Amino acid sequence: MRMQKLAAQIKDAAKKLLEEKKVDLVVGFAEGSLPLRGTPLFARTPEEADKLTWNRGCENNLANYLRKREGKVAVVAKGCDVRSIVALVKENQINRDNLYIIGVPCSGMIDRKKVNQLVGGKDVLEIEDNGDTVVIKGKDFSETARVADLLHNSCQDCRYGNPVVYDELIGELLPEKGEDDFAEIKEFEAKTAAERRAYLAEEFSKCIRCYACRNACPMCYCEECFVDCSTPQWIGKSAADIQDNILFQAVRVFHSAGRCADCGACERACPMGINLRLLTRKLVKDVKELFNAEAGVNMEDKAALATFTADDPEPFLVKE
Amino acid sequence: MIVSKKEIPSFLDKLISDYQVFAPVQKGSYTLFKQICSGTDAVLDGGITKLPVKEIFFPQSEKLFSYNVTNEGAKLEAPVDDRKKVVFGVRPCDARSLTLLDNVFNNDKYQDPYYLTRRNNTILVGIGCNSPASTCFCTSVNGGPFDTKGLDLLLVDTGDAYVVEPVSDKGKELAEKAGFAAASDADKAAAAKVKEEAVVSCRVNTDGLKAKLDVNFYDPIWDRIHEKCLGCGACTYLCPTCHCFDIVDDAVDCNGCRVRNWDSCAFPLFTLHGSGHNPRSTNKERYRNRIMHKFKYFVDNFNEIACVGCGRCIKNCPVNMDIRVVLEDIRGSEARLDS
Repeated sequence: MRMQKLAAQIKDAAKKLLEEKKVDLVVGFAEGSLPLRGTPLFARTPEEADKLTWNRGCENNLANYLRKREGKVAVVAKGCDVRSIVALVKENQINRDNLYIIGVPCSGMIDRKKVNQLVGGKDVLEIEDNGDTVVIKGKDFSETARVADLLHNSCQDCRYGNPVVYDELIGELLPEKGEDDFAEIKEFEAKTAAERRAYLAEEFSKCIRCYACRNACPMCYCEECFVDCSTPQWIGKSAADIQDNILFQAVRVFHSAGRCADCGACERACPMGINLRLLTRKLVKDVKELFNAEAGVNMEDKAALATFTADDPEPFLVKE
Repeated sequence: MIVSKKEIPSFLDKLISDYQVFAPVQKGSYTLFKQICSGTDAVLDGGITKLPVKEIFFPQSEKLFSYNVTNEGAKLEAPVDDRKKVVFGVRPCDARSLTLLDNVFNNDKYQDPYYLTRRNNTILVGIGCNSPASTCFCTSVNGGPFDTKGLDLLLVDTGDAYVVEPVSDKGKELAEKAGFAAASDADKAAAAKVKEEAVVSCRVNTDGLKAKLDVNFYDPIWDRIHEKCLGCGACTYLCPTCHCFDIVDDAVDCNGCRVRNWDSCAFPLFTLHGSGHNPRSTNKERYRNRIMHKFKYFVDNFNEIACVGCGRCIKNCPVNMDIRVVLEDIRGSEARLDS
């Protein structure tokens, strides 16, 4: 019920903005073609805004569609979308004056891969959202599961479900959660170098270099990505080389250090199920520990790697 | 003929001594076609594999030749893979995709030795689809859950056994050599019943689509239809019929090799000219090309739609860009049929 109510409020807000010509475009979600799947929608008229919705499948980070936009734009934004928007405003990719943020507090999106696993890969035809539980239905089965168990890992780890900045808030703010403990990153750090290398080699043997991770990431917006450069060619183009696959991801992750909002868009986009957040979160953890900084959590802080203080820790300098 | 499911591993083990045998194997939460060393590795009830079967014949990265230049001159090696193969557990949509790719790699103008040698040395054993997924639409694009096009043998799952239906002479020979028992009338009836009950409920109407694509290259619909597409290569790489490739030289000093890699029309490097000009410079042109190539150019060239309705692109698109919806939008658009 909560979701339907939010959907109606989003629709009303968007229609009003378009009718009053306060914005030229509303970027939000429409009902997708798969069970519990939202799909990005670009509404330019009140009629088109009628298709807007909100559900537990609105998993894409819409900040990705907002860079270098002409005209006034409104966006339906969850906590993670807003963090990316804030980071992009600081990087002059989004003009805050031309963006209207319809903030939606988010308690997490459902991971269809987890749903599929739960039902043993059977064809899911419908997912009924009952608040704290969902009923997963197929041809000859129906299974009830707790929403909390099916959320994306990124949503389970998320501490910023409430938008940190907005022009209008839909629904009510959610209670704050405790600190992220980065348990799985600490576990990975505790492994030997050989174990870590072996794990990464196994993960990146799955990579098909479709670049869905990069393209789904709101912070990956280089006009020419280093992997796409052909003169010179920085990296092998063949997906058969695991080292090249790791190199691609490592460079991508380092480039997003201090900028990554840990929205998990990369991992959700990956068709091959690679544990990409292991790398992105390692950097998120490092930046937090070194500089006590998190990307996009307020409008004031400068991005961690775009600023300098004399007492910045320098643990990477080897002391003799 | 009929073979019980219990006998399949030992049947595959026997094949492994004479052939390279490929079958779906479990990799995390999905299956992939891999060469197997033991018959028990094959996972035959896992639906369609994550990646299509094309990668066995047209690998994502393939060394076309290697070279080595010394004072004595240049030495060139062009290995062609002519090992005998059996691909076991192919779904009918994937098998049909190979008959479409045959048009590209074996036509009047060009015969590709790498692809063709593999094709000619491979026996394809298919398994029909008893319960097609909701994203499957093979019957809308000239296929079907028990379609035999491209297959040498078709297995029909009747519960504890597979009823074996030879399609080609190669398949018949393989089945006879394996010594499968004859299927009783009851077995045959069970297979017929399974086929009858396998319903592909999703229909995609392609009526009039080609006529529209013939004239709508400049239609404003292309300005909007691609809008949510991220421009990644997930749909093209997971597509059993996408076949665009890029050839690169990997060289260090005097040694090198020429490699053919899958390319994707979604990428900015796709059709980038040496001059720096790209006729498909934005996502709009690239997405249009994907649709045009499948539903117009391929039809113009080979009289077939380059889509087998496997649903991989639907299930795996990061933003739920659903080809069924896109085609319906195009069909429903007011394309200027008179221009």
